[in-house]
Amino acid sequence: MEDPKTISPKCCCGKAQEPAIADHAGSGKVDRGTIPVVSTTLSLADRLGAWKVRWGIKRGRYRVTPGLYAIGHPGDKDVVLVSSNYKLSFDELRKELDGLNVWILVLDTKGINVWCAAGKGTFGTDELVRRIAVTGLPEVVSHRALILPQLSAPGVSGFEVKKRSGFAVIFGPIRARDIKSFLDHGMKADARMRRVTFSFRDRLKVVPVEFVGAMKYFIIYAAILAIWLFARGGLTVRSLRDGSLPFLGAVLIGSVITPVLLPWIPFRSFTLKGWVMGFLWAIGLSAFQKAGIPLLAGNLLLLPAIAAYLALNFTGSTTFTSQNGVNKEIRIFARPMAITALIGIALLILGR
Amino acid sequence: MKYLANVASLRINNEKCTGCGICLDVCPHEVFFMNGRQAAIQDLDACMECGACRINCPLHAIDVQAGVGCANAILRGMIRGTSPQCGCGSKDETCC
Ligand code: SF4
Ligand code: SF4
Repeated sequence: MEDPKTISPKCCCGKAQEPAIADHAGSGKVDRGTIPVVSTTLSLADRLGAWKVRWGIKRGRYRVTPGLYAIGHPGDKDVVLVSSNYKLSFDELRKELDGLNVWILVLDTKGINVWCAAGKGTFGTDELVRRIAVTGLPEVVSHRALILPQLSAPGVSGFEVKKRSGFAVIFGPIRARDIKSFLDHGMKADARMRRVTFSFRDRLKVVPVEFVGAMKYFIIYAAILAIWLFARGGLTVRSLRDGSLPFLGAVLIGSVITPVLLPWIPFRSFTLKGWVMGFLWAIGLSAFQKAGIPLLAGNLLLLPAIAAYLALNFTGSTTFTSQNGVNKEIRIFARPMAITALIGIALLILGR
Repeated sequence: MKYLANVASLRINNEKCTGCGICLDVCPHEVFFMNGRQAAIQDLDACMECGACRINCPLHAIDVQAGVGCANAILRGMIRGTSPQCGCGSKDETCC
């Protein structure tokens, strides 16, 4: 058996936001009374933390200690829900469990959400089997079934878990908010519960992180531009603004506008979606800029390529893109985009 | 919303499938349907190659090249010469 101290994530940088320690020694009897009971209401700190995570602040540290938790007053016949130790996932789950008596088994997914962790294998068969043993779950409950979020299925092989631990895996609904209805209907999920969506609201939720990530490019660009202008003795607010605005627009279009408007932009390819939007931006810009041909052509070549690259990057936040699909996009578009961008940059430098 | 047409590597082996229906349960995109007593693909383009069906089919009747549909991960993998790894905003290895 593992020493529980060695398996709890020991991250010296973030003490905040972690609830009570929840790991139990794997050996000997488990006293159900010592299992921490967690609330089903989120505190202000929880909400603030969630907001920060969405904006990419302290993302990697937002975790719960793996182990067994209780909601209400569960007994040996009550159901066991399995969750990742990304605190946002854990919070989303517990806030839906008001009035229920259930157990939550939190796996050590290194603070990563269910789906990503399942893809990486950290929310996987091995970790689940190990966590069942370490927490002494077979002594806590008399039944032999676990309810897992459906989105953990890429990492967890149900029949494998059954073979190795004796626990049957039931894949529950995708969204925590459907859990109650799932339990009420004899653990049956209807088609809607099983289907992943990527609605306007879902997209709005993931866009801030894209935006923060993309702004790094913009800041680097603006810094280089400022140095260049300064070296040529032409650094003014106006020249900095005129030089950075087209780039800023392209960054916003690729990282925010294209993701939000995704289904309404033509083409299935993300690169093309971003490129079209970036092209529109460059055209629109040329209507207002009194600039020479090299500058116009430079913008028309560079800006769509930037937006296209950022839009392709958004595939990482979607719920429906496949690896072979993204591979295909890279195979087809990487070279032409890089070449047009380089020519664009050259023209922009010449045109000034 | 659908991604590129005809690229998903999903295949189902009808000789092995017993029609248990587990793949229909785990698939988040309703790619399969029950064709009589066997599972069949109804919407190949909706498959995101997550691999859930493959590792959960008790008869090993499904084959799919599972991976992450994330450009950043794939590009990083190409540059480093490793397999694509999804970063997903975690910096767990470098923490501390
Ligand atoms: S999980 Fe396998 S055996 Fe069961 S229906 Fe699907 S393909 Fe057939
Ligand atoms: S790989 Fe994933 S999306 Fe594709 S069919 Fe299997 S479960 Fe569905």
